[in-house]
Amino acid sequence: MTKLTRDQTMCSTCGCGSGEIRYNGQPALSAAPLPAPTQAFRPVAAAAGAHVHDHAHDHDAQKVKIERDILSHNDTLAAANRAWLAARAILALNLVSSPGSGKTTLLVETIRRLAGEFPIAVIEGDQQTEFDAERIRATGAPALQINTGKGCHLDAHMVGEAFARLPLAAQSLLLIENVGNLVCPAAFDLGEAHKVVILSVTEGEDKPLKYPDMFAAADLMLLSKTDLLPHLSFDPERAIGYAQRVNPRLHTLTLSTTSGAGFDAWLDWIRRERATLPGARPGAVT
Amino acid sequence: MHEMALAGSIRDIIDEVAHAHGDRRVERVVLEIGELAAVEISALRFGLEVALKDSFGENAIIDIIAVAGSGWCMRCATTVALPRRDAACPQCGSYQIQPTAGTEMRVKELMLAAVNEAAVDDEAHERSDHV
Repeated sequence: MTKLTRDQTMCSTCGCGSGEIRYNGQPALSAAPLPAPTQAFRPVAAAAGAHVHDHAHDHDAQKVKIERDILSHNDTLAAANRAWLAARAILALNLVSSPGSGKTTLLVETIRRLAGEFPIAVIEGDQQTEFDAERIRATGAPALQINTGKGCHLDAHMVGEAFARLPLAAQSLLLIENVGNLVCPAAFDLGEAHKVVILSVTEGEDKPLKYPDMFAAADLMLLSKTDLLPHLSFDPERAIGYAQRVNPRLHTLTLSTTSGAGFDAWLDWIRRERATLPGARPGAVT
Repeated sequence: MHEMALAGSIRDIIDEVAHAHGDRRVERVVLEIGELAAVEISALRFGLEVALKDSFGENAIIDIIAVAGSGWCMRCATTVALPRRDAACPQCGSYQIQPTAGTEMRVKELMLAAVNEAAVDDEAHERSDHV
């Protein structure tokens, strides 16, 4: 029986592709060693060392209770990422949205305005191209581009790989721009402190109802591009109401990167979240 | 289309368990998928067909148990049915409901195929005869 290894069929490759993941344009140099199996599952025979092959060896069909989360492997890696970040008092935010909501523009402006307060680094996820990472690097912040190939989301393994390839200072802010996709990234914990979902006012106020899972998974929603509201029949209150219908605990902020309206509240939210991390020091005001 | 990714993760779990039990084939897989888990069952089944090829779970029967969604209505202070994320409380009409069940995606159990050592040996001998 051909046994495929995890790397050959990595979960982010949607079926047909394999080995397509790139970090700053480079494939992972060598297949990373498989992490030790999770401790949740302990096969009885293996644990007891009982599987000896010197006896008559018939087995009846056997039911094995598993009760394991399908994404338990990802969740284990995400927990390791979270511990790694916590040890360094790094605030990691996982930014998710549809393609075209203005995530990268928002990040560039966020970095520009927070410059000098604390170090910022960015992980960019896109199926292809390094365009986004180049836009971030132009601000002076280090950025790592992950190209997921055919993959529709970042997963915890990729982000863990990124930690080793990105200069990440203690007490910094790590912004993870997920693949533009309002569906799949909802299910994959990366080890972030919060998922931040961005909904631009050009998208339609009913999107939280059409794609409820992302809004349910997020802790904060940024309603963006509000400078365009005079040209649209978009009702911000209704959009926020729909989002809170699927997630009663969702915090919301409205802002425009272009006009700057509401942007300070977003920066203050980051500062507050950062200040809650054990070991984080207030930003050095420059 | 993250169902393909889920299928890959299910395959990894099946192979790990099958290997730990002496590389036995898996003939049945029981999954629990919640109503609120954002999984398209037909896409998952298709993904499993592809992902389980050349694994210990190839050709396994896939049973999927749908777990009903429910949540805690903050206004009624009681558990109510929640078939969708954006559903209102059937009692009071409020949307202040925190899901408490129906978000799970779990491999519940596997049925390992029966093994008959003599038959396996015969098969091995047959194969070696052909070499």
